[in-house]
Amino acid sequence: MTSLRGIVRAGFDRAEALLGCAFPPAWNPLLNLGALGFFFYWIVVGSGIYVYIFFDTGITQAYASVEYMTHEQWYLAGVMRSFHRYASDALVIVAVLHLLREFGQDRYRGVRWFSWVTGMVVLVLVFVAGITGYWLVWDELAQYVAIVTTEWFDALGIFGEPVARNFLAPSTLDSRFFTLMVFIHIAVPLIALVVLWVHLQRIAKPRINPPRGLALGSFVALLVLSLVHPAVSQGPADLATVPDEFGLDWFYLAAYPLLETLPAPLTWATALFLAALALAIPWLPPMRMARAARVDLANCNGCARCFADCPYNAITMVPRSDGAPFAAEARVDPSLCVRCGICAGACPTAIPFQRARALSPGIDLPDLSIAFLRERVEAEGARLAGRGRVMLFGCGEGVPLEGLASERIGVVRLACSGQLPPSFVDYVLARDLADGVLVTGCAENACHARFGVAWTEARFARSRDPHLRQRVPPERLRTLWAGRLGRGALEAELRAFARSLEALPPVAPPRRAPGSREPAEVHRA
Amino acid sequence: MPSPAQWAGQVLFYVAAAGVTGLFASWPTWSRLPPDQAQITIAFAHGGARKEACRKLTPEEIASLPAHERRPSDCRRERVPLRFELVLDDRPLLARTLPPSGLSRDGPSQLYEKLAVPSGRHTVTVRLADSGRASGFDYESRFELELRPRQNLAIDFGPDRGGFFVR
Repeated sequence: MTSLRGIVRAGFDRAEALLGCAFPPAWNPLLNLGALGFFFYWIVVGSGIYVYIFFDTGITQAYASVEYMTHEQWYLAGVMRSFHRYASDALVIVAVLHLLREFGQDRYRGVRWFSWVTGMVVLVLVFVAGITGYWLVWDELAQYVAIVTTEWFDALGIFGEPVARNFLAPSTLDSRFFTLMVFIHIAVPLIALVVLWVHLQRIAKPRINPPRGLALGSFVALLVLSLVHPAVSQGPADLATVPDEFGLDWFYLAAYPLLETLPAPLTWATALFLAALALAIPWLPPMRMARAARVDLANCNGCARCFADCPYNAITMVPRSDGAPFAAEARVDPSLCVRCGICAGACPTAIPFQRARALSPGIDLPDLSIAFLRERVEAEGARLAGRGRVMLFGCGEGVPLEGLASERIGVVRLACSGQLPPSFVDYVLARDLADGVLVTGCAENACHARFGVAWTEARFARSRDPHLRQRVPPERLRTLWAGRLGRGALEAELRAFARSLEALPPVAPPRRAPGSREPAEVHRA
Repeated sequence: MPSPAQWAGQVLFYVAAAGVTGLFASWPTWSRLPPDQAQITIAFAHGGARKEACRKLTPEEIASLPAHERRPSDCRRERVPLRFELVLDDRPLLARTLPPSGLSRDGPSQLYEKLAVPSGRHTVTVRLADSGRASGFDYESRFELELRPRQNLAIDFGPDRGGFFVR
């Protein structure tokens, strides 16, 4: 499974980098798959409502009403019908890509199983809605879909009479069956919307709208496609005739030729096996996760910064339980925590200057603690020599850091770039552990823990707590969001940064308050 | 702000994405049946005779039953399987034994079968035994048919309509 994930991830890395040549990070379609899914969903709903106004659910009237829309009112209802068709196809495409990307990124196991499983349910509902939609046009394709679908379900032997008998001959067809299909076609997308809401429950600030540029581009592409290659019906359904050669929507109906030609027990067994596999895959094998973030109440003042920054809603603020004079305290739900450490990076008590007692922030990762990071920083800093020394902080999901450590480059690995409290930058420079700090990680807008890159940039820009201290010289701090394929870019950046640092005067010794062992402006919780 | 080359790249992407979407929304085409073939669909649901005939209960047996369960006869629910045959131009094409449906095997037997046959003139003979007899059939129909290419001929069964009939 690991190698399969690696192949998928490498494929996406390359595709994202390729699209990154044309799209700004915020607009990269592969970095907005979920939001694009919502966008296409709403187009499907909007166009569906319009099309439904003109649609007649009678057996003989259905085809005629769709033909009217397609040919008589092509400029609006016809375009809407094409929107409905192609946005549905685009929805399947982005949903499957979204699923594959999350698989490749290993974001479907451990605490993320919930999103995976609910996402699978949504995908099935999208297919049900799409297939019933094809049914309603009642053309040759609809006839094919209706017969193959009902024959497949009849193979279960659970119906008193074969459902496919409804499509035996024109005289056996019943309008009520059509009404049922219309109901399913409308109800299932609504159910899907509810499940989508559930799907998003475990993430904070979900992006359900693509950036305007991407939305506009996608909309125009659909519009042009609808005008150039409008969706049309095939010949009217005739149950007395086996449909001749007809076009199949392979995004929704790719399995139908197999359902039709292979034995039903085999297709049912395969379908059930694949469904069980898809649902069980988060536990194949179970993810071995580090321990979840832990709150140290003695150092938690209930400031709620961790609560505000957590990308996965794993932290809630609850009434104080220890009698300390604060209104609230943070509480971590381990079943939601992905161990990214962004909470520790947000904690105002995660101050490496702190020496009076053991460094224990109000919230921290037990297996990659802030105290451990300080030890690593000091050990790396002690090893560096010469001019142009760089302390490189990087996350495990971004640029591979192996082999970068040298006499002038210290490397400290983080769970996520967002785990780095800005005070560490100050600490490195104030303690003369390096001449400059470079923070790297996932590509922009592609953070593995969603907000690590954004929060880090905002903290360094002093627009989000905890702020980087004003005294940190901007020329001694750089960030590079290069992603996993950015090793070359990182090496080039390191060389350029080291050269620029060489040209700077040595790091100024920190000012100390009289009688103090620490710099005067140390953060206090 | 994207450069002109980037704008061009975006346009290229959208054209490619729309092209792929439009293309596979209706291509490649699919055909169910060779053009010179026709199809006979035989589909029906019919309950066979009870496996055991009803037995008249004696007055003593009736009296021994709880008051709300008293009935004149005892009928077992299980039905016999059906035997079905379809012969095309004196050539046996389909022969099935159709078990009754349901956990108690008391439901109707079902048949839904599609047969691809060459178009043209054919004689179709269909037979059904629903009484549990070991040999012979209870219903037999013979149809002289002219099947055009791609025609779907539906054969149904209904005892109230005298047996097999073409829809």
